[in-house]
Amino acid sequence: MKNMKRVLLISAIVLGTAFGAQAQRIKGSDTCLPMSQKLAEEYMKANRGASVTVTGGGSGVGITSLLEGTTDIAQLSRKIKFEEREKIQEQGKRVTEVTVAYDALAVIVNPANGVSQLTREQLESIFTGEITNWQQVGGADMRIIPYSRETSSGTYEFFKESVMRNRNYVNGIMSMPATGAIIQSVGQTRGAIAYVGLGYLNNNVKALRVSYDQGKTFVAPSVENAKNETYPIVRPLYYYYDSGTAQRARPFIDYALSPAGQRIVADIGFIPVN
Amino acid sequence: MKKLRKILERVIEAMLTVSGAVTSIAILLIVAFLFREGLGLFKSPTVERGYAVYVNSANPVQSLLPWQLKEIFDFQIENWNELGGPDEEIRVFRFNEIFSLYTDEQLDADNDYALLPERLAEVIAANPAIIAYLPQRYAPVEDESVKTVQTGTITMAQFFLGRKWMPTAKPAAQFGVLPLVLGTLMVSFMAILIALPLGLGVAIYMSELASERVRRLLKPAIELLAGIPSVVYGFFGLVVLVPLVQRTFNLDVGETAFTGSLILAIMALPTIITVAEDAMRNTPRAMREASLAMGATDWQTIYRVVIPYSLSGISAAVVLGIGRAIGETMAVLMVTGNAAVMPHTLFEPVRTIPATIAAELGEAASGSSHYQALFMLGCILFVITLIVSITAEAISKRKHEVGV
Repeated sequence: MKNMKRVLLISAIVLGTAFGAQAQRIKGSDTCLPMSQKLAEEYMKANRGASVTVTGGGSGVGITSLLEGTTDIAQLSRKIKFEEREKIQEQGKRVTEVTVAYDALAVIVNPANGVSQLTREQLESIFTGEITNWQQVGGADMRIIPYSRETSSGTYEFFKESVMRNRNYVNGIMSMPATGAIIQSVGQTRGAIAYVGLGYLNNNVKALRVSYDQGKTFVAPSVENAKNETYPIVRPLYYYYDSGTAQRARPFIDYALSPAGQRIVADIGFIPVN
Repeated sequence: MKKLRKILERVIEAMLTVSGAVTSIAILLIVAFLFREGLGLFKSPTVERGYAVYVNSANPVQSLLPWQLKEIFDFQIENWNELGGPDEEIRVFRFNEIFSLYTDEQLDADNDYALLPERLAEVIAANPAIIAYLPQRYAPVEDESVKTVQTGTITMAQFFLGRKWMPTAKPAAQFGVLPLVLGTLMVSFMAILIALPLGLGVAIYMSELASERVRRLLKPAIELLAGIPSVVYGFFGLVVLVPLVQRTFNLDVGETAFTGSLILAIMALPTIITVAEDAMRNTPRAMREASLAMGATDWQTIYRVVIPYSLSGISAAVVLGIGRAIGETMAVLMVTGNAAVMPHTLFEPVRTIPATIAAELGEAASGSSHYQALFMLGCILFVITLIVSITAEAISKRKHEVGV
């Protein structure tokens, strides 16, 4: 009887540590969600007994969870904010940043729109509400209807930072809860303009060529142009983990950075890091 | 045996009392929590907590309102003379710019940026027309050349009468709920105007005119409508109704208040039909037969006897329908365009309160003013629905005073 108990106890401990070490939680950006999900699936196939759970909620949610210890890896579609880093430091923790992929943002319009290229300055004026008619940027006489993602999205923040140079979006911009909804709306609204991840492009919308050098060169959004760094609106996607518990997060991240992991990244429509 | 049964009865009674009490207390606590979180907003500073706005002390401007701050940092106000200052162009300075002016060594980056406050003070001293938005942790050394601008706290007037909802605007978020409240009321009111005639028509048909067989088919079909998840309605609305509205009315955008009303009307129909039909079928047989015996036609019986008798039930149906429409989130989020502008016509995009809460709570850091503003929105929604339910209660109490 005593022996039996001991056996049970030991096996419980062994199982517990095995699972405890292997169970990993990833939380954060919805943009990274399909990539992390696929990576987790393949990782679990490759490592028997490993278990990875992936949840979305937004980049901000990911960092908050990392701070509270309810996730091991936070996935972010933007860089950690200064305030967030402050909060983490206040708790005496440090986080490590890993770039796992790059995502290019495409600016899209309705296929019926005659305009096919814009400069960054024009985009800034459109999304801050200074340019309101397509005529002002060489198109037909038609109202411009800018669409944006909701404020909880990392894409919203990145676009504001990169294209709009931190100026605020026009008051009362149309905001949609998901990328799919944006594609749908732009496809059926003639004057629409919006931004989506490269992987979401389809035939219902037209991607614009963009110039970041006052109109000298216009570059079309594509994986090749993003890779050779000619396309300007590219953002890194990050994994953040608590440096104190690196051994928990590291195996999965190493897998994501391995050739097999990066192939999955490319399959999802993102740009691999190397 | 008898004693045992008595004890058992007592126990059950006690359990029922306890569960009733627990539920009531839980509801009260939720309401208290809602208001406590929400009211904190009026103690929050207008700029993000831990940040402050600094100017050169040569500048006579002492305090700035949230909208002024926002317009300065968006380059809409470009000269200090618009704010009662000298005739000088405003130089906007964001915290990150310091890292391009000085190297990490100059800021002593390894030593937790020990020199950052001094460097910031240098920048402010060198530019008399500067306005800087900086974290207080690295606040510039307060010497004779640096002055903190008073930005105050968010006031009730700014919140309830404000016309701009820009919760992530930097440095001062704009929390004006007027467009959201008006948007919510407009969409819900229009939805009821559409749903009421349709719903009453179907209810009258089902309770008075339809044969038993038709009724037995129709009733579950309508109840099925109530069982469809709202996100499915929303998707249907986005793919079918939005282009339809856009083409029919020849609009620039199809995501309008009217589209939202249409979807909400469809969603409120089952409630209105079921409640109104039940009320009508509760008309005593004797009254109906008396009317027919007096030589009244079917139609005369319906609108002279059945409708007046069931008026309170019909009103309850309307009020419940409104309640459903006001609180609906997902479907509206997908079809109204969510643009927080003051609505002027039905054919413009609007943003409703529930859609705002659902879309923004995910990112709002807990305890931040954005988070508190969203809770305050919840309070407003709670008050509106409370008024609606009290009205419903009052109407159903009057049941036997009207009509008969």
